[in-house]
Amino acid sequence: MTMLTMAKALNAGLRRALEADPQVVIAGEDVGKLGGVFRVTEGLQKDFGEHRVIDSPLAESGIVGTAVGMALRGYRPVCEIQFDGFVFPAFDQIVTQAAKLHFRSRGLLPMPLVIRIPYGGGIGAVEHHSESPEAYFCHTPGLKVVTCSNPADAYWMIQQAIASDDPIIFLEPKRRYHERAEVDEKGTPPPLYSARVVRPGTDVTLVGYGPMIKICLDAAEAAAEDGHDLEVIDLRTLSPLDMAVVVESVQKTGRVVTVHEAQLNLGLGAELAARISEQCFYSLEAPVLRVAGFDTPYPPSRVEEDYLPDLDRVLDLVDRSLAY
Amino acid sequence: MSDASGASGEVELVQLLTPEGERLEHPEYSFGGDDDQIKSFYRDMVLTRRIDAEATALQRQGELGLWASCLGQEAAQIGSGRALGKRDFVFPTYREHGVAWCLGVDPVHLLGLFRGVDLGGWDSQRYRFHLYTIVIGAQTLHATGYAMGVERDGLVGTGDPDRDMAVIGYFGDGASSEGDVNEAFIFASSYNAPIVFFCQNNQWAISEPIERQSRIPLYRRASGFGFPGVRVDGNDVLAVHAATTRALERARSGSGPTLIEAYTYRMGAHTTSDDPTKYRLADELEHWRLKDPIERLKAYLRRSGSGDDAFFADVETEASDLAADVRTRCLALPDPHLLDLFDYVYAEQTPYLNEQKATYAEYLGSFEDTSPAGSRQAQPAFAESLH
Repeated sequence: MTMLTMAKALNAGLRRALEADPQVVIAGEDVGKLGGVFRVTEGLQKDFGEHRVIDSPLAESGIVGTAVGMALRGYRPVCEIQFDGFVFPAFDQIVTQAAKLHFRSRGLLPMPLVIRIPYGGGIGAVEHHSESPEAYFCHTPGLKVVTCSNPADAYWMIQQAIASDDPIIFLEPKRRYHERAEVDEKGTPPPLYSARVVRPGTDVTLVGYGPMIKICLDAAEAAAEDGHDLEVIDLRTLSPLDMAVVVESVQKTGRVVTVHEAQLNLGLGAELAARISEQCFYSLEAPVLRVAGFDTPYPPSRVEEDYLPDLDRVLDLVDRSLAY
Repeated sequence: MSDASGASGEVELVQLLTPEGERLEHPEYSFGGDDDQIKSFYRDMVLTRRIDAEATALQRQGELGLWASCLGQEAAQIGSGRALGKRDFVFPTYREHGVAWCLGVDPVHLLGLFRGVDLGGWDSQRYRFHLYTIVIGAQTLHATGYAMGVERDGLVGTGDPDRDMAVIGYFGDGASSEGDVNEAFIFASSYNAPIVFFCQNNQWAISEPIERQSRIPLYRRASGFGFPGVRVDGNDVLAVHAATTRALERARSGSGPTLIEAYTYRMGAHTTSDDPTKYRLADELEHWRLKDPIERLKAYLRRSGSGDDAFFADVETEASDLAADVRTRCLALPDPHLLDLFDYVYAEQTPYLNEQKATYAEYLGSFEDTSPAGSRQAQPAFAESLH
């Protein structure tokens, strides 16, 4: 067991992937000497060379588009998009090119491509540095979307994503980069596309992911003081969704609150609500309620704490759910 | 216009065969082949044009949803396609039917995309010819990334002709305005990638003339990115072959990218859905008809005595037979089954999509006549009711 921050855990996972497979390459802006603006790739270029850890020109479409070409040549590229709000110049290359090649070629062309994106708010950043774009990618057939909430998952999930033959959007909650936890580098990870109950409970299910898991766990602690036993599910995989874990929980609690930073309208919470209503209709004691970012653009950072779902907003909806 | 625009100064054009079919000398470029090779170019160009005409006819008869004709661009495509080495890899747009022909791609494969039975159903690795890319310019980045991979594989600059390879990325004058093309130039230049950027400037991006895309000759853009650019007469198969051969050798040797601007003309419509009479004059087409790439080659072969009546007649016969065969096999292309397509979305199928597929299969099973033939028969009947 090693105590690692999420950034260090990702670094260790990337290092292990580079060691395990010579076809793995990393590309992105400032990923080389600087080690990335969050230092996730620190030291990798020094140890694996400029041919495998590639400082890219400042062009996101170019980063992803050339990675598609390298994947066609048999490489396993891991691209870093520096910040969430910078991914959109690469949108065509992701949703139209990378996502569709396996389908268009009727399975002849695998696309083992990982696109790492630091996402979410809460770090006092200027605009375009705090966004949660996951729904765009979850809406795209051919892509898979996963996100880690803690260092151990970060360590394993990045390696599992790199080993996958499908294009994967790998979302890293940047406000959790520097939080520490134990990582068992010799352990056996759960499957990549699996959700996990991170706190068992009986009264209300909280379904979250990424940066919101800490908020959910804090909310569960606070609710416990009021005598409410909350179950917390970390989705980990946003596309495909692992509904079995969610359904089992909701059938037990009968009440569910979804939690994400991304905007409410057509966010993950909407899809979860639809599927829960389809699959758990007779178990539900209350409508599925959603805590989310408001349907405004991400606000100036001085008011981001008001915008981002926090413990109180989660508990508010827990109370509303319990009131039914 | 000031000199700073780069538009002034004499525009160089590499030409080795005049529109009248006379061979020219050029100080830097020469065609090294013999007349037998030129006759084989002629054959490829005629067959390409015939396949293209057949595809247009199939569209007019309702057998294809769309066709993007390469009429007039046969020299640019055969000249470059025939310059490719056994290991070189191609990233086409959606109009490189002649290049596909050079690489042995069955024309019926191309028709599948336009008939709507698949999304580009050939084995791109086998033919070294990537799937057609319709979003303009996107493939130039794939080509560049592929070339970066080739360089990492150590297959550049070894001096061994059985090892070294290059990549060629096709695009058009309209695509030259796309960000992706400009980013591809930057990445290729920065990493010295073994790639040839082959721009067919056919003068028109649907209705927009080249002047809307560029105030300077396109080949000069290359110098701003740090690699050489050359404009060739795109209707002169010998010049195109010579320039492409040299650029590919340069890439294979590790000397980096080259931009070739093949100056040509889209003699047909952008696609079968387009009506060029709304935006260009008939005179212009007549002007370019005099530069027809096939006619000039025929004139040369007659002049040199290499091509006699029997040769030209044989090629015509072969073209007619090929067109008939392509038509027959196009009409026989089976429709895909939507149920099967669920399996190709991912390399590792998801339980969710499997469930969706199963639900759809169950839904289909709820009808009395559920055979795919039964459901397909409904469509022609509906279509006939419209007439």
